[in-house]
This record gives sequence, C-alpha cells and structure tokens, in this order.
Amino acid sequence: MAESRLRISNVDAVTHVEFVDRNILDEANIQAIADEITRVVEQASEPKLLLNFANVDHLSSAALGALITINSKVKERSGALRLANIDPQIYEVFLITRLNKLFEIHETAEEALESFA
Amino acid sequence: MSNSCADNPGPGPDVVRVGTSYDREYIDQIEGRLLEAVERAGYEKASRFAIKLAFEEAVINAFTHGHAGLGEDLEIRIEYRVTPQEVYIAVEDQGPGFAPGGIPDPTLDENLAKPTGRGLMLMKAYMTEVTHNTAGNRVEMRYVRPGG
Repeated sequence: MAESRLRISNVDAVTHVEFVDRNILDEANIQAIADEITRVVEQASEPKLLLNFANVDHLSSAALGALITINSKVKERSGALRLANIDPQIYEVFLITRLNKLFEIHETAEEALESFA
Repeated sequence: MSNSCADNPGPGPDVVRVGTSYDREYIDQIEGRLLEAVERAGYEKASRFAIKLAFEEAVINAFTHGHAGLGEDLEIRIEYRVTPQEVYIAVEDQGPGFAPGGIPDPTLDENLAKPTGRGLMLMKAYMTEVTHNTAGNRVEMRYVRPGG
C-alpha cells in the first residue's frame, strides 16, 4: 500500500486526522484517504473524529462525496464528526453545495475538539 | 486593464488542444500549464481556484461518467484558450453522452447526504457559462474575468 496521506493522532478520546496533501482531487488519492479514515472509524464503537483541513488548498466533488460517506459511517456507529480549519475558498464550496448544513464545521481544531465534550 | 501580449513569454502556448487517457501525471501537467497561462494573463487567486475546480470536475466527469465501463485507455480531448478577458475550456469524451437536465439538485435536503451529483453544479457555480453539445459528451465552459 502507498504511504499514508494522513497524519493521525489521538487527543483525549478524539481521533485527529490531518491531511498531508494540498490537493484532494484525484480518485486514487481520495479512495486511499477514504479507506484509511474508514479503518479508523470502524475500529471505534462511538468514533469521535476531527478532520483538519489546514493543509488543503483544493478539493473536488469526489472528495466531498467521500466525506459524506465517512459521515454516514460515523453516524451508523453513533459517533461524531467535526471538520475544522477549512480555507475560506473551500468553505465557499461547502456553502454552494449546502454541505455546511450536513457537517459540523469549526474554524479551528481547538474549537472543534472542545465541541466533543 | 492591461492587455499586452508581451505577458506571454516563452514557448508555452495559451491555446492548447490535447488528447489524454486517464494518466494523472499528464493531466496534472495540462492543468499546470493551464493555470500558469491563467496566472500569466493576470487572473487573481480566486479566479485560479474557480478555473482549477471546474477543470478538475470536467475532466473527472468525462472519465468517470462519460467513459463509465469503457476503460481508462480511451482518450478525452481537452482544449483551452486563455486571454486576459476570458478563459475557455472544453472537455470532450467518447462516451454516449448524458442529459445534463436529468441530474437531481444536490442541494435539496433529501439529496444532501448523497455522495454524488455535485460536479456539474460546482462547474456552473464557478464558471460564467457552462454548455453541453446535443450529444452530451462535450462540455464547454467560459470564465469571464471579473470586472472585465
């Protein structure tokens, strides 16, 4: 398997996932990321997952699709998903698609971590 | 507004027509050249974000939907033309085409949790004009420079 596209750490009971890539665009990359996050989600009974977009400059509709699928899996396991540090241009994509209604989005990782409490 | 052709140095043409199979590295090169031309023509960061996003969505749509079940070796055609006034991008696949009007609105509450169906709406949101040919296998997009 290719090297990880993610930096994963545990903060209290929350799995903090940071993306390594600046661009989350192509199918193979998205699939690898989705598979890796799915493994994290499936390891926990009530996963608490924070996805940190600090490094991300671009993402595609396929990446949004992967986030939606991950969100569904987290909910199936009675978990909670937060997104944070989304670049203003990418946040606009969430607004246009109205996915800001589906996801709980925080400005900073610290704020997102506090929201799990 | 400056409209000098002297801003187009070197051999990098700002009018390009190429064919490509699903070769991510080559697609990245084409996209890189497009975005360099766009930057050379003086477009701001927000414009470059919009153009990159629409280019990506059009190319991915051509392969994943246009060529669905037809194999990754089948080539798509990419054309672009960059001027200081506007950016034109066309992507054509060899598939049977589709009816753009048949895609459900992904922003409706009942569709928000569906993982697909957002590519075309994003292209329309970010580009000035998005049109398809009658067969539905070629998309043409125009991005008019803001305030131009």
